[in-house]
Amino acid sequence: MLEKTGVATQKDLEKVMPSKERLKKGPVAVIECFQRIPCNPCYTSCKVGAIKELVEDINDIPELDEDKCIGCGLCVSKCPGLAIFIVDETYSKDEAKIMLPYEFLPLPEEGQIVDALNREGKVVGKARVLQVKNGKYEDKTPVISIAVPKRLSMEVRNIRLGD
Amino acid sequence: MKKPEIAVIGGGPAGLSAAIAASELGARVTLIDRNSRLGGQLVKQTHMFFGSEKQYASIRGIDIAAILEETMNNYDVEVMLDATVLGYYQEDGVITIEQNDKYIKLKPQRTIVATGASEKVLAFPNNDLPGIYGAGAVQTLMNQYGVIPGNDVLMVGAGNIGLIVSYQLRQAGVNVKAIIDAAPRIGGYLVHASKVRRLGIPIYTSTTVKEAVGDQTLEKVVLWKLDESWNPIEGTEWEVDVDVMCISVGLSPLAELLWQAGCEMKYIPELGGHVPLRDELTLETTVKGLYVAGDVAGVEEASSAMVEGRLAGLSAAKSLGYDKDGIYEALKKDCLKQLNDLRSGPVGEKIRQGLKKLAG
Repeated sequence: MLEKTGVATQKDLEKVMPSKERLKKGPVAVIECFQRIPCNPCYTSCKVGAIKELVEDINDIPELDEDKCIGCGLCVSKCPGLAIFIVDETYSKDEAKIMLPYEFLPLPEEGQIVDALNREGKVVGKARVLQVKNGKYEDKTPVISIAVPKRLSMEVRNIRLGD
Repeated sequence: MKKPEIAVIGGGPAGLSAAIAASELGARVTLIDRNSRLGGQLVKQTHMFFGSEKQYASIRGIDIAAILEETMNNYDVEVMLDATVLGYYQEDGVITIEQNDKYIKLKPQRTIVATGASEKVLAFPNNDLPGIYGAGAVQTLMNQYGVIPGNDVLMVGAGNIGLIVSYQLRQAGVNVKAIIDAAPRIGGYLVHASKVRRLGIPIYTSTTVKEAVGDQTLEKVVLWKLDESWNPIEGTEWEVDVDVMCISVGLSPLAELLWQAGCEMKYIPELGGHVPLRDELTLETTVKGLYVAGDVAGVEEASSAMVEGRLAGLSAAKSLGYDKDGIYEALKKDCLKQLNDLRSGPVGEKIRQGLKKLAG
């Protein structure tokens, strides 16, 4: 259970998974934020109004309008909890693309093959680095795009560069 | 003897915010800090802050310190660095300061105490072995001086500080073997916990330190599990080989000056220890003209410390007759709303309970 382990359970994840239909349409945000805490940068960073405004209570859990979300990833580097990932299951026939925040040095290089880690930090496969965004906007929270086998699109949430 | 209108003691998030807010209304402020740079603990905070834009959400603590200092520099605040406040004399409201081997007296008309908090310690056999640090010391070493504390770390405490420092240790290339906490649940934000779990760092709840082992320095730690009543369970011991143990089991308010000033104090565990009674709307203590803000008023997040600082600064300035264009009421209301927002969720429950006890 998340409160004891720090790892979201399948039941937790079901609440934030985009629908199958939406995943077929292209990239979309998966907001793995399960606890009511006072925080709203996901809402303020979204340019298309896909995250519901936390009007009543800043502690509310973010609510994504999956039809509005275009999977641009602007929220990824702004979430103080580093809890937002972009998943694109339409990337290719066999691969899904994942955008994730990565605050470690050295940064991977585009084209590099890295270990793909799950929510417990266990290696579950390999990932190919597609893009490294590390500009002024990301402000030291680089956003890495990787390609992973499609079946791992909801498993992989971190990478490791190896020795 | 100098007689500033308002003296702010402590240049962390609360103190800086207090100095800015009081200056906004037009008061003359002297800010005193014992360190050689302003920012308090913010200068070690490399993670992005939570909250809303008003509390600099998504900006790292170290950058917030720079923003606050820059904002303060728009005003004519007298800043005393490397200056330690030694005493507050309740007879006449004089505060005494040591700076560069000189003993200085100030007699401010109003004083805002924003001295923060200090780390709690944990009692276990050999807890004085070299290699056993407070989490704050590890942050200072790494983030201010660029020195890593060792190679293999056991983090004790899964509150926000324990989780964040574990993450920072890994960013610095240090191996964090495990995070333990005596409580049955992770105390820090779960997003922080998920962040360190993704790095492969395990978190063990209901677990505590039995003893530290080492000849000259720390070599290993013996852990054991706790039952529901927090009693250790014989036979559950296991060992972790580490050269560093980092203790992060909470903070307690640095309230010495408030005791000396004669503030009425109350022991509130939810707020970290002894805290001063105060008017919730102005943050004035039971000593007239003496205000509090930040962790010294009750241990909480830096986001609320900044808002409390603003509130105390505004109140102190207003009490001196400063209220440019009659904006005080609106600004005060905004602070109170921000505090209410920050504390209204489940993670603010402990603070709400503590404040209720304090007022009751």
